[in-house]
Amino acid sequence: MSPPEMTDALPKPAGNGDPWQDLRRHTSARIAQGRSGASLPTAPMLAFQLAHAQARDAVHLPFDADGISALAQKVEENPPLEVLHVRSAAADRSIYLRRPDLGRRLDKASRLRLTQLASPSRPFDFAFVIADGLSALAVHQHALPVFRLVRQALIQTGWNIAPLVIAEQARVALGDEIGELLGAKQLAILIGERPGLSSADSLGIYLTYAPCIGRHDAERNCISNIRPGNGLDYAQAARTLVWLADEARRRQLTGVALKDESEHDPLLVESQVDTGPSE
Amino acid sequence: MEYRQTFGVRTHRFADLATLLARASARKSGDELAGLAAHNDEERVAARMCLAEVPLTRFLDEALIPYEQDEVTRLIFDAHDAEAFASVNALTVGGLRDWLLAYETDSTALTRLAPGLTPEMVAAVTKLMRNQDLILVASKCRVITHFRSTIGLPGRLSIRLQPNHPSDDAHGIAASMLDGLLYGAGDAVIGINPSSDNLQNVISMLEMIDELRRRFDIPTQSCVLTHVTNSIAAMERGAPLDLVFQSIGGTEKTNRSFGIDIALLEEARAAALALGRGGDNVMYFETGQGSSLSAGAHHGLDQQTCEARAYGLARHFKPLLVNTVVGFIGPEYLYDGKQITRAGLEDHFCGKLLGLPMGCDVCYTNHAEADQDDMDNLLTLLAVAGCNYFMGVPGADDIMLNYQSTSFHDALYLRSLLGLKPAPEFEAWLERMQIMRGGRLLNVDTRHALLGMSNGGDA
Repeated sequence: MSPPEMTDALPKPAGNGDPWQDLRRHTSARIAQGRSGASLPTAPMLAFQLAHAQARDAVHLPFDADGISALAQKVEENPPLEVLHVRSAAADRSIYLRRPDLGRRLDKASRLRLTQLASPSRPFDFAFVIADGLSALAVHQHALPVFRLVRQALIQTGWNIAPLVIAEQARVALGDEIGELLGAKQLAILIGERPGLSSADSLGIYLTYAPCIGRHDAERNCISNIRPGNGLDYAQAARTLVWLADEARRRQLTGVALKDESEHDPLLVESQVDTGPSE
Repeated sequence: MEYRQTFGVRTHRFADLATLLARASARKSGDELAGLAAHNDEERVAARMCLAEVPLTRFLDEALIPYEQDEVTRLIFDAHDAEAFASVNALTVGGLRDWLLAYETDSTALTRLAPGLTPEMVAAVTKLMRNQDLILVASKCRVITHFRSTIGLPGRLSIRLQPNHPSDDAHGIAASMLDGLLYGAGDAVIGINPSSDNLQNVISMLEMIDELRRRFDIPTQSCVLTHVTNSIAAMERGAPLDLVFQSIGGTEKTNRSFGIDIALLEEARAAALALGRGGDNVMYFETGQGSSLSAGAHHGLDQQTCEARAYGLARHFKPLLVNTVVGFIGPEYLYDGKQITRAGLEDHFCGKLLGLPMGCDVCYTNHAEADQDDMDNLLTLLAVAGCNYFMGVPGADDIMLNYQSTSFHDALYLRSLLGLKPAPEFEAWLERMQIMRGGRLLNVDTRHALLGMSNGGDA
C-alpha cells in the first residue's frame, strides 16, 4: 500500500478567507480576515503589526526642527520669514508622554527668547506655531504646504504676521504661552495628531483667539485629519483656517460659539471640547 | 492622623489616610502626574506596611472625601451593610488580604461579604495584593447577571460585539456585526459607540440592531453607548432600548464633568425597567482609572481608589455589565504594558469583590508603551481570573475610536485555550445557526442565513 499523498496528511491551507469578503466594501474595519483554527492567519496578523509599527515610529520619530526651519525660509522669501525655535518644559519624549502639563509650558530659555523679542511697530494680528505634537511625521509631511497657503492669504489682506515659531515636545496649549508672549491677537498651532492604526501622519490645526495661559479647549477651533488622500487636503484646510481666522477677528472669539454659526461643512470645523490624549 | 514606618535611621511619614493609600499604590504615571505617588520604592513598601496595620473600621470612621461634599461618599456610607461587614469587622487591611486568600473563603462567603465592604476598603487591600492574589480572589467571586442571555456563569466567557464605524454608516456597522456573529461574538451585548450623539441617529441604530436581533431570534441585548440623557430621550420616543449606558467616575465632581448625577441615573434606570424588555439588570457602565484626575476632580485620592469608588456607585444600580476601559486613557495615566496590566487586574478584582459583573476592555493607544503581546498577557490573566466579558472588535482595530482593543479571534483563543463557552442561550443559538459546534467554529458558506440577509439588503 502506498503512503498517502503529503497533501492529504496536512491540514487545509491556513487562513483561507471567510466567504463574506464582499462585506469589506462597506467598512475599513478589519472584517473577514479568515482564521487558522480560531486564530488570526499570518498575513492579517503581520499587516496589523505593520500598521502599529508605523504609528509607533511616528510617535517617536525625532522632530527635524532645523530642517523645517530652513525649508520654510527657503520657500517663503517674500516677505522674508523670521523663524524662532522654542522647546517645551518636557525635556525628552519619555517625559513628554508622561507629563502633558510640561508640554503645555515653555522651558526657561525659550521664554526668555520670546520675551526679548523686539516689540513690533504694531501688534501682531496672527501667529503661527509649527509643533511636533504626537506625530513629527505628520508635521514633516504636511505642515509647510498648509502654512504657506494661509500665510500668503493673510498677508494679502494686510495682516501683520508674527515670526514663525517652531516648537519641540509641544502640546496644543503651548501656543497659549507663546501667543501671550508675542502679544498676538490670534494663534494657529499646526501639530501632529495622535497616530491611529491607519493614519500615522495626520496633522491638526488649533486656532485660539487672544491666546493666553489658561485657555480651555472649548475656546479653540480645531481642523483635524489633514492628510491628502485619505483626509483633508491642504487647500481645504487652508481655506477653512483663513475663514475661521477672519470670523474670529470679526467676532473676537474662537471656540464653541464660532462653530455654531459656521457655514462650512461641520465635519471640517470642530470646536475642541474634550481633552483627549492628543491634548 | 499621621502614619509612620521606620527602617533603621529612616522614618517614613504619611500625613493622612488618603496619602497613605496613594503612596502604597502600585506605580502609575497618573499618580505621579498628580504628585501623589511614592517618591521611591522604599517609601511605597513602607506605606504598604503601615496600611496593612490599619483596621478596616477606620474606613467607616473617616470619609476620604467628606460626606457633606460628595454624593458618592454619601451613597457609600448610607448603603453600607453592617451585618455583612460583621465577618471581617475585627480585621486590619492586611488581615483582610489573608482572609480573602483562605481556603474557607469561598464564593458564597464573598457574595455575602460584598455589601459589607466599602470601595475604600477594597482599594486598600488591593494595594497589598500581588497580581496572583488579585487573580485568585477574583476567580472565587461569582457575579451573574441576566437580560436575554446569562452572563458570568462558571465556565463561560461572553463578548461585547463592538461594530463601530467612523460615520455611523448602517451598512458598515452591519458588516462588522455579521462578522462578529459569524465569529461567535455578541453574547454580552451588541454595543455601538456612536460617532454622532444626534438623537435620531441613536434611535436609528437601536432600531437597526433590534430588527436584526428579532429577525434571527438572537438571545442577546443591544446598546448604543450614548449619554444617559440621550437614552432617556430615545425611550420617550419609543425607541427599542435594552440597556442604558453611561460612563461614570468615583466622585460627584467627576460625574458632574460627565453631565450626570445619581438622580439622573436613577431616572434612566426607572425608565428602562418600565419598558420591561429584560429583567432587573438594565444598566451598562464604563469606567477607567484616571478619569477623576483628568476632570480635576480627584480630591487628592489616587486613581485606583477613585476607580473603586466608581464601582461603589455602579453597584447601586444592579448593572448587567460594567467594564473598565483600561488602556484607553493614555500613557500619562498608565504608562506601559506593565501598568495597564496591573490596573486591569486591580479593576477586575475590585469590581468583583464589590459584587459587580466585571468585564474589561483590554486596550491601548499608539502613544502608550504597549502592544498586542501585552494585551495577550492581560487578556489571558483576566480570563483565568474569571472576567465576565471582553470586547470583540474586528481585528482589534476600532476605526471609530482610534484605539486597539481585543478581537473576535482573541475571544476564540481564550475559549479554545481555557475551554470556556459562550452564554448558554447564545451557545444554543450559535449551534442552531450552524456557526459553532462543540466549541469550534464551523465553516459557513455564502448561503448562510446571516449572509443571505446582507446580500439581499444591498442588492
